Amino acid sequence: MAIYTIWLREMLHFIRDKSRIIGSMGMPLFFLLFIGTGLNSAFSVPGGVGYMEFMAPGIVGMILLFGSIFSGLNVVADKQFGFMKEMLVAPVPRSSLVLGKTLGGASTALLQALLLLSLVFLLGAVKFSLIALLLVIPIMFFISASFVNIGIIFATRISDPHGFQVIMNFFIMPLFFLSGALFPVDNLPGWLKILVLANPLTYGIDGLRGILIGHPTFPLWIDFTILVVFSAITVLIGAYAFEKMQ
Amino acid sequence: MIDTKELTKRFGELTAVKSIELHIQEGEIFGLLGPNGAGKTTTISMLSTILTPTSGTAIVAGHNVATEREDVRKDIGVVFQDPSLDDELTGYENLEFHGRLYGMSKDERKERIVELLELVELIDKKDIPVKNYSGGMKRRLEIARGLMHKPRVLFLDEPTIGLDPQTRRYIWKYIKEMNAQERVTVLVTTHYMEEADYLCDKVAIIDHGEIIALDKPSRLKSKMGKSVISMDVSKPDKFCELVRKSKWVIKSKCVGDKVHLTVKDGEKLIPKLVILAEKNGLNVNSITMHSPTLEDVFIQLTGRHLREEQASSTDALRKRFMARRGH
Ligand SMILES: Nc1ncnc2c1ncn2[C@@H]1O[C@H](COP(=O)(O)OP(=O)(O)OP(=O)(O)O)[C@@H](O)[C@H]1O
Ligand SMILES: [Mg+2]
Repeated sequence: MAIYTIWLREMLHFIRDKSRIIGSMGMPLFFLLFIGTGLNSAFSVPGGVGYMEFMAPGIVGMILLFGSIFSGLNVVADKQFGFMKEMLVAPVPRSSLVLGKTLGGASTALLQALLLLSLVFLLGAVKFSLIALLLVIPIMFFISASFVNIGIIFATRISDPHGFQVIMNFFIMPLFFLSGALFPVDNLPGWLKILVLANPLTYGIDGLRGILIGHPTFPLWIDFTILVVFSAITVLIGAYAFEKMQ
Repeated sequence: MIDTKELTKRFGELTAVKSIELHIQEGEIFGLLGPNGAGKTTTISMLSTILTPTSGTAIVAGHNVATEREDVRKDIGVVFQDPSLDDELTGYENLEFHGRLYGMSKDERKERIVELLELVELIDKKDIPVKNYSGGMKRRLEIARGLMHKPRVLFLDEPTIGLDPQTRRYIWKYIKEMNAQERVTVLVTTHYMEEADYLCDKVAIIDHGEIIALDKPSRLKSKMGKSVISMDVSKPDKFCELVRKSKWVIKSKCVGDKVHLTVKDGEKLIPKLVILAEKNGLNVNSITMHSPTLEDVFIQLTGRHLREEQASSTDALRKRFMARRGH
């Protein structure tokens, strides 16, 4: 009940903030249209797909990453505007609060990603079946759940929204560029490959790519297992951070 | 309903609350009156399980605030000093959220929300986002929210701070009404002495984390004698001494440039006081007399005003004035 209540509030905030929904589409579409189109003719990627098609799952990963981490901003805002106290003084375990926030953040990121996927589909950048669409939903969910919690972990420590944005930008860019979203992982030089392989988002995007356009780098079950384990770890740390928050 | 024993909170070196003993009966409206930084919010935070006491115990609605937090939380409602509403949601949705969080059923919620919004006269604003409410409307909504789940104890941390006198009076009315209707025990903090006086059955005056007086407002005041005379004289310290020797007054205290005297028979004493001052070569600039207030109680106990900002701003004005006159 409490989890559902927290989730519901996140959803209400989300659907009332139309500008955020539209705004969140901007950057990924910009990447796809300009960089994707620009590099489409210059590069060939394995499996004989066009670069644009190769990149499409990458920008879905991008919107999931951005949307999720910045949902930590809601936690910062709750602290700043005092609403956090209303939740902390309620007879509700902290873990329920974190789960509610996680599900709320993951749902909103998921909705943004689905909207983006439909736009990408309509633009003709990539073709996929309805079954593939249904299959990527769990993958997208676990990607968001992990990064929502990373956002929450930072949010419990930071009380200034600007500070939060600055610090998160610092993390988001490397996470995105070192994820195989923009280039194939196989032929990278050693040091770069290590960084990319250490990035959980790599497996998320690989999973998305495998299902949407085929030619994954890793078997699907590996991608999925890593995502689930990573989400579980971040949820636990998130719950712990919430518990410690005063 | 609330019992504390040697309740203490330290922040590093600073002891914000020192060994407080409170015994608040069911159905009582109890006031914590004290200046800024006295430890009012810290006390409420401990009683409402937000802060853990450094030492001592507190039992609220039959449960220990340190070891049975969730049980305490079920039975209390809190209106925080700082705003804590969701501005994006409507008034109705804020209460709805609260009701769900406290596990109320749909029908219960619906009925209670209407009842409370009628009490605080916000029923026709229920579907407006809270960001479009005025300050007073927000405060009323917060009080309604604190009552939403029918708590046995309601904590109100400076419920009328920053509100205009009329809104303040309305809020007092709601608090009295709901206290009478629902038998809810209320602990209210304030630094407005009128508020403590009008609203509370009992008042504890708190300063620097310690309770320095605790009684019914009427009793606290009657201990002060019949009237209070404030005099603006040159050399207030010297005048205080003279007055003490005269045995006319019950208590005397110098605060800034003024002398505050607690007396039995004010009207007859004023001429005598003026003569006493003149005889000793002191100038009397002004004299006022009034019935004792809780502010006077505080002044006599501490030698300071409840609202320091007010006192210090007149002090600052006076200093500037004196400087211009070349003193
Ligand atoms: N989290 C904290 N860390 C350190 N010191 C604190 C903390 N909270 C309160 N204090 C200090 O404890 C003292 C009491 O503060 P408190 O907020 O309880 O006062 P108050 O009576 O509510 O005052 P006000 O009327 O201004 O709200 C103050 O000196 C304050 O600076
Ligand atoms: Mg306070």
